[in-house]
Amino acid sequence: MSNILVCIKRVPDTGGEVSLTDDAMNVDDRQLGATVSGHEECAIELAVQQAGETDGDVTVLTLGDEDSIEQLRDAVARGCANAVLVEAVPSAFGPADIAEAIAEVVRAHEAAGTPYDLILLGNDAADTGDFQVGVRLGYALDRPVVTGMSTVELSDGQVVAKGDAPTGGTQVFEVALPAIVTVMEGGVEPRYPSIPGRMKAKRAKIETIEPQVQPAGSARVRLTLPPKPPSQVTILGEGPDAAVAVADLLQELGVLR
Amino acid sequence: MSCLVVIEADATGISEVSTETITFARSLGTDIDALVVGDVDALLGQLGEYGVKRVFAASGDGFGAYAPGAWAAAAVAAIEASGATTILAGGSPRGNEILAHVAARRDVLMAANAVQVEQQAPVQVARQVFGGSALEVMSLNDSLAVFSVAGHACAPEPAKASTSPTVQALSITPTSSDLAVRVARTEAGAPDESGNLKSAKVVVGAGRGAGSADAFDELEALTDLLGGSLGVSRVVTSLGWRPHHEQVGQTGSRISPDLYIPCGISGAIQHWAGCSSAKTILAINSDPDAPMVTRAHYAVIGDLHEIVPAINEEIRRRTAAAR
Repeated sequence: MSNILVCIKRVPDTGGEVSLTDDAMNVDDRQLGATVSGHEECAIELAVQQAGETDGDVTVLTLGDEDSIEQLRDAVARGCANAVLVEAVPSAFGPADIAEAIAEVVRAHEAAGTPYDLILLGNDAADTGDFQVGVRLGYALDRPVVTGMSTVELSDGQVVAKGDAPTGGTQVFEVALPAIVTVMEGGVEPRYPSIPGRMKAKRAKIETIEPQVQPAGSARVRLTLPPKPPSQVTILGEGPDAAVAVADLLQELGVLR
Repeated sequence: MSCLVVIEADATGISEVSTETITFARSLGTDIDALVVGDVDALLGQLGEYGVKRVFAASGDGFGAYAPGAWAAAAVAAIEASGATTILAGGSPRGNEILAHVAARRDVLMAANAVQVEQQAPVQVARQVFGGSALEVMSLNDSLAVFSVAGHACAPEPAKASTSPTVQALSITPTSSDLAVRVARTEAGAPDESGNLKSAKVVVGAGRGAGSADAFDELEALTDLLGGSLGVSRVVTSLGWRPHHEQVGQTGSRISPDLYIPCGISGAIQHWAGCSSAKTILAINSDPDAPMVTRAHYAVIGDLHEIVPAINEEIRRRTAAAR
């Protein structure tokens, strides 16, 4: 039986261009929906699959305000058994603070008799893109951490994690449990919540914890928007008649073989 | 005062992310040191061309198969040996991973994917957040500024005056805990995976406008005619039309071809993050106001299912005439 903890983050769904708040310290999300990153959707799927194969349970955790309960319930609908909200203003927490806040929960749960064999996180958050919470959590808990993996498999007291190797092919890590893995989107297809899952999620109890760590913050000075060059598009034409102009362009660029 | 660059290399020499990072590091105006793990001799000439003054080399037991903890231990040893107050790596999976370990070990901040240095002492960098749709100016530690450089933040350029770098071997043996995570083995990937996509000179892109999984014949034909690779938007892989390794964008491959031809791709910022380095963009889209069209260099407005076959036919006609 393997217990797995999966950590997620509510982020604004910035499909298009973004605008900033008046103080330039955040993205103005008033008109935006909320979601979790593709990496985290895959982490949830991997956690639910692996726990299912070992009759274990998945606990989903997030650090955020009470709006984040929406993302926790969505994860429960996809198969997580328990949900934990570390209630805090997320913008006050830097990546090291978040790692410490997660470590506090892990230590408390483990002291209360729920050890986690595996902790999964997304490779990087869709908003802050810090690329370091998983690694810092590894140091906080003194556990091995593998980053950027597409699949994980638990067997014989270890996790076999696979991901893209830098020069092509797949690199394989075999790491003793308990361990931490950060997940890169692409190795599994996240499931959609089932109807019974949704019903269960509505009633699910959310464990709410106040973090003890005094956050040092993220060292953000301000946000800016990258300069947007004016559109300089040349319209070559409309419909199939433009094929001649396109071929001329391809020839000019030297890409016609 | 110097800055230390973590070098990634493959069989062909220093990786492009690392030559970009050295080029970026030169803008700091300090001496440049490099950390090389493994065979240093093969890289010395290239490191000299890029103006590196001193090379700190780690090799031997524990530095065979990639282990992030061992690299971090070597980086910390190199920081101590060099007196560097800044450490950089490419914003690649390994670069970010190694720097995260270094930052955790030294208990300092780390900025991922910097595109610009805003000020020095204390170092402030602007880095990509929200998938590149915004930049965050972030302040780093005085004692040690740790940051990775976003891919294609600058073009790799050899130094004006090349150097003859000195080599200092680091006496460091990774501990068992440094080696708890290391590559056990590498399995061969399918031959036509994203590696080709990342290095392709021409990429034909397809988005939701393709319409279905069965609608890729003409797009593949155009790809073949141009000797390029096919790249797709996230929605195409999410719908199961194409495999994930063809995905271009924030959570797929980042491409920098000479020509990118996005067909039926509206151009969400997450996709733009993966294709904005293309030298020329020719968008084919039914919506003249789609972000991909307004950001492109060239565009054809209309239904890709009519336009792409017509382009294929015209290319075939011209190649036949040229024979």
